[in-house]
Amino acid sequence: MFQVPNMLFVLPEMVMLAMACVILLLVAFTGTRQIHWVIGLSQFTLFITALIVVWNMGEGGLTFSGTYIKDNLSDVLKVFVCVINMLVLLYSSRYLKARGLRQGEFYVLAVFSTLGMLIMVSAYHLLTLYLGLELMSLCLYAMVAMQRDSAVATEAAMKYFILGSIASGMLLYGMSIIYGITGSLGINDIALAVAGSVGDDSILSFGIVFLVIGIGFKYGAVPFHMWLPDVYHGAPTAMTLFIAAAPKVAAFAMLIRLLAEGLLDLQHYWQDMLIMLALLSMIIGNIVAIAQSNLKRMLAYSTISHVGFLLMGVLSGTDEGFAASMFYTLIYALMTLGAFGMILLLSRQGFEAENIDDFKGLSDSHPWFALLMLILMFSMAGIPPLAGFYAKLLVIKAAIDVDLLLVALVAVVTSVIGAFYYLRVIKVMYFDKPLVTHRLDAGRPMQIALSVNVLMILLLGLFPGALMQLCSFVFV
Amino acid sequence: MIVLSDYLILAAILFSLAVAGIFINRKNIIILLMCIELMLLAVNLNFVAFSHFSGDPAGQVFVFFILTVAAAEAAIGLAILVLLFRNLSTINVSDMDRLKG
Repeated sequence: MFQVPNMLFVLPEMVMLAMACVILLLVAFTGTRQIHWVIGLSQFTLFITALIVVWNMGEGGLTFSGTYIKDNLSDVLKVFVCVINMLVLLYSSRYLKARGLRQGEFYVLAVFSTLGMLIMVSAYHLLTLYLGLELMSLCLYAMVAMQRDSAVATEAAMKYFILGSIASGMLLYGMSIIYGITGSLGINDIALAVAGSVGDDSILSFGIVFLVIGIGFKYGAVPFHMWLPDVYHGAPTAMTLFIAAAPKVAAFAMLIRLLAEGLLDLQHYWQDMLIMLALLSMIIGNIVAIAQSNLKRMLAYSTISHVGFLLMGVLSGTDEGFAASMFYTLIYALMTLGAFGMILLLSRQGFEAENIDDFKGLSDSHPWFALLMLILMFSMAGIPPLAGFYAKLLVIKAAIDVDLLLVALVAVVTSVIGAFYYLRVIKVMYFDKPLVTHRLDAGRPMQIALSVNVLMILLLGLFPGALMQLCSFVFV
Repeated sequence: MIVLSDYLILAAILFSLAVAGIFINRKNIIILLMCIELMLLAVNLNFVAFSHFSGDPAGQVFVFFILTVAAAEAAIGLAILVLLFRNLSTINVSDMDRLKG
């Protein structure tokens, strides 16, 4: 018997899809003439979607024959994805205008890609998960390639496209093996089949290897990180910001759904693989970042090391570990927004503030923004009382709780190494003579939003309790 | 009689060929795109074989979606390739070295 699916559970996605189509038509018929309408409408779409999710919170369950889930995890992550992308659009609008990239296409792609993220976050079936992932990724490939006359940007787009497609291929191959062994595509049915299976499950580990490789590629964990520095460096900064922030939150949902909800009983297989990824990411990310002179590239390697840290929470396999990882992911997204937002703030027409040297002497001309950058760098390095410290503390604690002392030790040592390159940025800002004159022509809204964003990190560092409670409430 | 494992071995061979093609190929980006397609087709073969031998149609439905997405992916990949050729006047993999990974 066919059952009418519960549409209330997918209301946010339906609203976003309808609005995305409206924005697409608006762009198709008016081009860049009505661009402020397009921007306003995109922001409104993200805002209203977040509002619907908040209003709809509470009751949850499966819908569309068990392919789609609405639970606390999906609600919380959806709100964060929408808010993060609102900030991204706010930060990037001036940058895009100065580079002649302020076309409607960016906003259409951004809204569709956000829709893909929402679907990924709520997917409870391998097919829905794959479709959400591809909707998100295809928009991102096109976005990176938007600066059509730049050889660097198109090269970055090609690398991103090829490695992203390999990742999807690996993920699909893993999914096909899992499907063949368990006979089902639903995450819930897979979990039941895995729990009920007796005897040899080593063939499932073959599938898990491919799943983990696919996830590793999407996250940019070492040794699948080759694309990440090139793409971060080559893409226009606004697109880098978009790629760096919200997709990581969506990827976290994918990781949790596949490994923690679907294959929790096979933890002994995926735990070792994630340990390798986490260790290598933390070591290589932090050490190679020291050698970078380009800030975007340095932040890319710092992202790789952050990925190592957030995998550390997941690999512990406990609810506390998952909550710690989620806390880390959200704080990471906030810090990335701030750091790339700062590059966008200082960039202007014909000048890209992407080298660390471009920040020399920032404290003389703009002490407030130098202070914000200082907070960001301290938080990324994990210095108390900033939010980055609590995030690191929680994941390390999660690893120690399950007796993974070696992983915790490497995490502590590499974060000390990592502090070096974060502190170098601060030293350059406060103690060096400026090479270029810093001029801010960003509007008030962006300056205020960036300040609030960074002060949130300070605030969450001083009072981390509320967000921590939210994260552990999701995983009970 | 062709059994399930025959299909799986064929799919695994195709998949390995695709991965090898991506990593060994240093000449032409179009070959890279072809390898990516081959990779997805190997997965499709896997899904269809599993679906047929277990009598569950869900795998075959999955294949339709993979085919559709692969078409969209090829469109975007070729579009990026056109841009790359305009900017670099070459589609050699080894010429993509402006960004050092």
